[in-house]
Amino acid sequence: MAQIREIRRRISSVTSTKKITRAMELIATTRIAKAQQRVQAAQPYAREITRALSSLAASASLDHPLLVERENPQRAAVLIVTSDRGLAGGYTSNAVRAAEELQSLLRSEGKEPLLYVIGRKGIGYYSFRRRAVAHTWSGFSEQPTAGDARDVAATLIRAFNAGVDEGDDSGSDGILGVDEIHLVHTRFVSMLAQEPTANRIAPLVVEEVDFAEDESSKVSEQQPSYEFEPDPETLLDALLPTYVTSRIYAALLESAASESAARRRAMKAATDNADELIRGLTRDVNQARQAQITQEISEIVGGADALVSVGSDE
Amino acid sequence: MPLNVELVAVERQIWSGEADLVIARTTEGELGILPGHIPLLGQLAEGGTVRIRQESGEELVVVAHGGFLSVTDRGVSILADVAEFADEIDVARARRALEEARGADENDEDAIAAARRAESRLLAAGETV
Repeated sequence: MAQIREIRRRISSVTSTKKITRAMELIATTRIAKAQQRVQAAQPYAREITRALSSLAASASLDHPLLVERENPQRAAVLIVTSDRGLAGGYTSNAVRAAEELQSLLRSEGKEPLLYVIGRKGIGYYSFRRRAVAHTWSGFSEQPTAGDARDVAATLIRAFNAGVDEGDDSGSDGILGVDEIHLVHTRFVSMLAQEPTANRIAPLVVEEVDFAEDESSKVSEQQPSYEFEPDPETLLDALLPTYVTSRIYAALLESAASESAARRRAMKAATDNADELIRGLTRDVNQARQAQITQEISEIVGGADALVSVGSDE
Repeated sequence: MPLNVELVAVERQIWSGEADLVIARTTEGELGILPGHIPLLGQLAEGGTVRIRQESGEELVVVAHGGFLSVTDRGVSILADVAEFADEIDVARARRALEEARGADENDEDAIAAARRAESRLLAAGETV
């Protein structure tokens, strides 16, 4: 009797948990769609700025600090994009694992990694382990704006421009400089697969634009005689940080889509598990109920038999 | 042959269409772009406005903050951190922002940038500063 009540209570508790995970699954599903729309919406800008930069790169001498590999790099910034909220399956831990791999790789190359972390879960991971983190941002992992990306890029570029000072202190300018900037974010492969990847964003390699979209313009663009206002070097100075920002923004957007996809999958698994649990528990309840009824019947029959046998004796 | 103009901000494409003339101010000075202009890449002056004259004669005035201008034989693209149409500017809000920014610390870079943004908004909306 007590056992049935116990199981019934578990069923109702699992049912309400299931309602929550189901709702979270649906929310995450709509968030993926929204995040993908934002990725799409950001594409024209990324395309245009890449195109502008490749045409500029063809004309200007490429000795801008953001483009040149430094001799003997000593310290490398590692920017890790994680989530603000949990319940997203392995999303954050996968990103952190990829970052750890990158860090040991950097160490083996003689570079000291310096951590920059986006997202409360990642911050929690490192502060729990008492690991030093240069800078953290949080609060926008699911809906990053261009302003957030600008913030992050400005901090990183400042550290990059400062360069590594002698020794381990932050030097006269008060900024712990870096020689390289690496970015770890989660690529959105599909609704079911998200893959943490590490890229180097500075010194950067300008991606070549695919001009093949219409053949007629390809011919005329082979000898571009661009006019620049102001001169190419100044322009490159202004354009490169913007380009880095747009790369970081694209990474943030893609990570947001991946986070929602990871959360959707985790919540779907949780909902499915709850379903299974409820099915099993319902079976247990029915079994216990039937056993109870059987027991009651046999008790009644046994009692009646006893009465009959007592009566026949007389 | 009209110009294909694209106005894109970081977060989304804001406008695209055909125009007869685009007038913009780069850090070097003001320039007008007619169809058939040679390829050009320019940095827009801070607080500058871009005027897009459409075929109908209508003129779009856009405030582009931190932008670049790219002209190719396929058209003109205006890239901006933030861009807005002059007739969508909230004048009262911009004026408030300007006063607030001017009241702030003189050495505060953010406040100076905010003041400049507010100024360019007001100018684009046809107000005096």
